[in-house]
Amino acid sequence: MPREQALKKTPLHLTHVAAGARMVEFGGWDMPVQYPGGILSEVRAVRENAGMFDVSHMARFQFVGPEAVAFLDRMLAADVAGLRQGRARYHVICNEGGGIIDDAIVYRITEDQCLLVANSGNADAVREFLIPAAQQNPNGGVFFTDLSDEVAMIAVQGPNAVEIVDRLCPLPASSVRPFRVRRAEVAGIPSRIARTGYTGEDGFEIMPPSDRAAELWDALEAEGVAPAGLGARDVLRLEAGLMLHGNDMTAENNPYEAGLERFTFIDTPGYEAGEALGAIRDAGTPRLMTGFRMVGRGIPRHGHPVMKDGQQVGIVTSGTHSPTLDANIGMGYVDRGLSGEGTRFEIDIRGRLVEAEVVALPFYSRKRA
Amino acid sequence: MTTPDDRRYSDEHEWALVDGDIITVGVTQFATDSLGDVVYVDLPESGTEISQFDKFGEIESVKAVSDLFTPVGGTIVEVNSEVIDTPEKVNEDPYSVGWLLKVEASDAASQLEKLMDAGAYDELTAE
Repeated sequence: MPREQALKKTPLHLTHVAAGARMVEFGGWDMPVQYPGGILSEVRAVRENAGMFDVSHMARFQFVGPEAVAFLDRMLAADVAGLRQGRARYHVICNEGGGIIDDAIVYRITEDQCLLVANSGNADAVREFLIPAAQQNPNGGVFFTDLSDEVAMIAVQGPNAVEIVDRLCPLPASSVRPFRVRRAEVAGIPSRIARTGYTGEDGFEIMPPSDRAAELWDALEAEGVAPAGLGARDVLRLEAGLMLHGNDMTAENNPYEAGLERFTFIDTPGYEAGEALGAIRDAGTPRLMTGFRMVGRGIPRHGHPVMKDGQQVGIVTSGTHSPTLDANIGMGYVDRGLSGEGTRFEIDIRGRLVEAEVVALPFYSRKRA
Repeated sequence: MTTPDDRRYSDEHEWALVDGDIITVGVTQFATDSLGDVVYVDLPESGTEISQFDKFGEIESVKAVSDLFTPVGGTIVEVNSEVIDTPEKVNEDPYSVGWLLKVEASDAASQLEKLMDAGAYDELTAE
């Protein structure tokens, strides 16, 4: 029997507790699900001004060495060789059968240095997939360091996030364009800043040293950034049509049915799962990740069956009330023939059939200047 | 917020307030605090007959779904349509504007005996 393990804590744990956040277990971590203001006000802060999330629980793996890029291109569907220095790419990590182990962002820091940010719940799976392979890399030349403990990560997101971070960052932060990464001081703290996120808003993910994470958090809060928890993050990512691994996709799913083809780079020379993925793509997948909006009253939730003419035609993987759209929305795997926009089907909400209509993903897109 | 002592409480975190033959039903502050922001309330049609402690609806917050169990049985004579349209009324004040049902009960007294007073309910939720 596995021993019960104490929950892991991020460097901001005390900050969350002191602020009165409600803490929950998430992927082995003790994390804030909401602050006292509540999830809806946190969502509003991110959509209308700026909010911040402690994402230090996510895994940060560094790969360095003359063979680091070639090694990652052997293991990830990410075309790291095609990524210029200082750029980042969202991609999927697939096993040899084409199942999705995780979705992640890889940052090309320098010619021979990369940072991989993976989901906390998949940190062990990704480590097991990559580390033995790195140690046995035929050409050697790749050195792995787990930076998850020594580096923290704070996501600052919202229409005013860039302007606010600029006030703390002489670089300025706004000179870092979307999906770029570079070193910069924020509030006097040497950090790495990336123009990435998981909310559908503009903003940064800032990586300070762990022992100064609380200092950075306080500096951001003093500039009016609202602390937000996992509850708001889940609503925001779903409104933005972004999937959550473990919820919307698992190793049982392939990136084509998950609608992630454009984040699956299989033609990179040497990519080991490329052939398996190519075969899955060419065969076509019978179901497709599909977004829908409820027509009738009710909130779809993970695991609810999707029904048409009395037959199950799919399954809901995520659903929520969207405060931004004032609608109940969801997504899930649905028979491809029923995944076209405007198609209607029913969601079986605890035994009650409620009508829903397919809509394009994402549900929410920010207005771009 | 203090628990109002003008009504009775169930261990499913609902309250019942008597006004003549009509008993108003709602959820407690403890329930709304545990749920967080309420975004959906499903209530039966008025005219429906329900028995004490039966499930009569559902209440959902952003993160959680809970069944609603009536603290008193009888005939539902009114449902609060305002909380159906604006579920945040339940958070605003679960003891007044956030009420859910009005029930007409023939044997109110014996039903209310099975419920707790505010003091006993506070003890339950302090655990």
